[in-house]
Amino acid sequence: MNTALFIAPLVAPILAAALYLGLGWRRATAHAATATAAVILADAVTLAVRVLRHGPIDAASGWLRADALTAFMLIGIGTIGLIAASAGPAYLASHGAETERSRRRYGALICLFLAAMSAGVLAGNLGLAWIAIEATTIVTAFLVGHTGSRTALEAAWKYTVVCSTGIALALLGLVMLYDAARHANLNETNALNYTALTAHAQALDPAVLRMAVAFLLLGFGAKAGLVPLHSWLPDAHSQAPAPVSALMSGVLLPVAISQILRITAIANPALGTGYSRTLLSVMGLGTLLIAALALIRQRDYKRMLAYSSMEHMGLIAIGAAIGTPLALAAILLHIAGHGLAKAVAFTSAGHILATEHTTSIDRVANLAHRRPVLGGIFAAALLALLGFPPFSLFASELALARAGFDAHLGLVIAAALLLLLVAFAAMANHGARMLLGGGESAPASGPTLSIPTRFPLITALVVLAALGITAYPISTLLTTAAGVGR
Amino acid sequence: MSADAEWLDLACGVFLLAAVAVVWRRDAAANARLLAVQGVALAAIAVVLGADQHHPELYAVAAGVGVLRAVILPGILRRAVTARAEDRESRPLMNVGASLLASAVLVLLAYTAAAPMVRLENTSAARALPVGLAVVLIGLLVLVTRRKALSQIAGFLLLDNGITAIAFLAAAGVPLLVELGVSFDLLLAVLVLRVLSNRLRASFGSADLDDLRELHD
Repeated sequence: MNTALFIAPLVAPILAAALYLGLGWRRATAHAATATAAVILADAVTLAVRVLRHGPIDAASGWLRADALTAFMLIGIGTIGLIAASAGPAYLASHGAETERSRRRYGALICLFLAAMSAGVLAGNLGLAWIAIEATTIVTAFLVGHTGSRTALEAAWKYTVVCSTGIALALLGLVMLYDAARHANLNETNALNYTALTAHAQALDPAVLRMAVAFLLLGFGAKAGLVPLHSWLPDAHSQAPAPVSALMSGVLLPVAISQILRITAIANPALGTGYSRTLLSVMGLGTLLIAALALIRQRDYKRMLAYSSMEHMGLIAIGAAIGTPLALAAILLHIAGHGLAKAVAFTSAGHILATEHTTSIDRVANLAHRRPVLGGIFAAALLALLGFPPFSLFASELALARAGFDAHLGLVIAAALLLLLVAFAAMANHGARMLLGGGESAPASGPTLSIPTRFPLITALVVLAALGITAYPISTLLTTAAGVGR
Repeated sequence: MSADAEWLDLACGVFLLAAVAVVWRRDAAANARLLAVQGVALAAIAVVLGADQHHPELYAVAAGVGVLRAVILPGILRRAVTARAEDRESRPLMNVGASLLASAVLVLLAYTAAAPMVRLENTSAARALPVGLAVVLIGLLVLVTRRKALSQIAGFLLLDNGITAIAFLAAAGVPLLVELGVSFDLLLAVLVLRVLSNRLRASFGSADLDDLRELHD
């Protein structure tokens, strides 16, 4: 039974990908990706219940492992996967130029993307997690360049080069960590195993570990969109098809963050909290600074959402830097809230692009009057991203600030809050121009959002608000996951 | 000094020289040949270590590494090279002299930075470790200073060869399963880059990365 729980989220998407490759994108197969995401979600919930009752589960002699953090991330993959995959058919239908071949490729790659992310969080071994995360780069490269336009190809090239280089640096860190672990008398199979490494952290050579941790944070930070290897993010997230952007922003960035959490869980006992705290604070504040400055002069609403992802990842990195249980629980809630809000925001941005035929903020005006349903959904997602209550990002940002002050990181938190304020003002201004700004006010003609496309988005927003009012259903999972495997 | 240590030093020397030669030569065809030489040197390092540490498993790894890094990956790069002059770095960000000087500085830096790892295990293999780190740094230099898509792929391959060398010299490689996965990912990443550079050339007219200026704020 336990083994099945590990196999299902890997095999289901691979089977669905084979289905797309074999049969192509047709009426019968159009929803296979959505069904796959549902399988992953159901599996993740079962796993969460088991892990909370009986503790972490190992499989395949330690190569696979599920703890509360795994279950939490997998629930995220399933949920955001559902939203993104169910938006797929509408996306492909609105792009008339799609050929049979490109649809088939799109379906297969989305499923493989889900499989790679699931493997990344189910890995019990840093080496396996590395392989899975590099696989996400390979799979998503063609999804980013899906439209085949010059800008999309440019974004795909930058994405592949920057992320592959970043992840190669993480591999260097991994090799150094392995070297340190072997000299701490860990055997070949255990030397990259999270549990073994965390248990023997004290025995690792501190000088080698320091170098290893720096490279690992730099490398996985690249996949999480953190400074200094962040330059791919705004391009890739703005050029990718909307459902792909939703997945990349809502879950791929957090999957990389979860690796960073596991690395700090190994580094902190051996090096003290100061080392990873300094590195992550610098990376987090740097990311926030770049995001806030770019948001001010933003003219493209998809790029605005991309920089907003960087803003939130910077904040999450600062939470990881604080590292106390309260801070870690807060960033996990923040990951959940940001994932849901960003999935809705990117998906509705895709619908806006399909109906308005522009990504320019200035050319979309009065959306709230002209397309009340679509405008309303987009507005609600923006409000959630800005941190308005009742949405859960309000609660998690508050908890994060409190945790920071408790840990005597007042200066870092103060700087972060200042940058958040800048980002807030910029995004609120752009959002207001899109939704309310002058221009024609007659209701627009053309297709409105169909009920099946509306449903997942509105459900996600309701869940987001419910999480803000009470995190009760997932609070045990959050606090256990904040222990990162302990 | 034993015979094994001499062979190891020879292999590491060729490995580093190949990286410096990539910095020196700027056309993609020459880079592909140099990367093949470097791949052979990398496989030789694994063979020498296998003989030295009585680790027969390393022979199989050496064979795999040799086929991938000396034949397949440089082959992908070579097939991408067309006779057209546009694959030559005509307007480099850094001239040859400055790049070579920078490489020398990077080698020195690598020797300083790798000191903690050398100290951990004072064998002849560990003493050669800085060579791997130097190749990693030179790979990064090539990645950031070249403008052509194919040269960037060459830089990326240098970076990965350096990391693999460090893995061999430090702890006789990472677990076999991880090594296999890493190699497979590397192969796919290079194939993806190759396909993308082809499509870039088809839609931009050249694979000059300076033309990639459409996306900005």
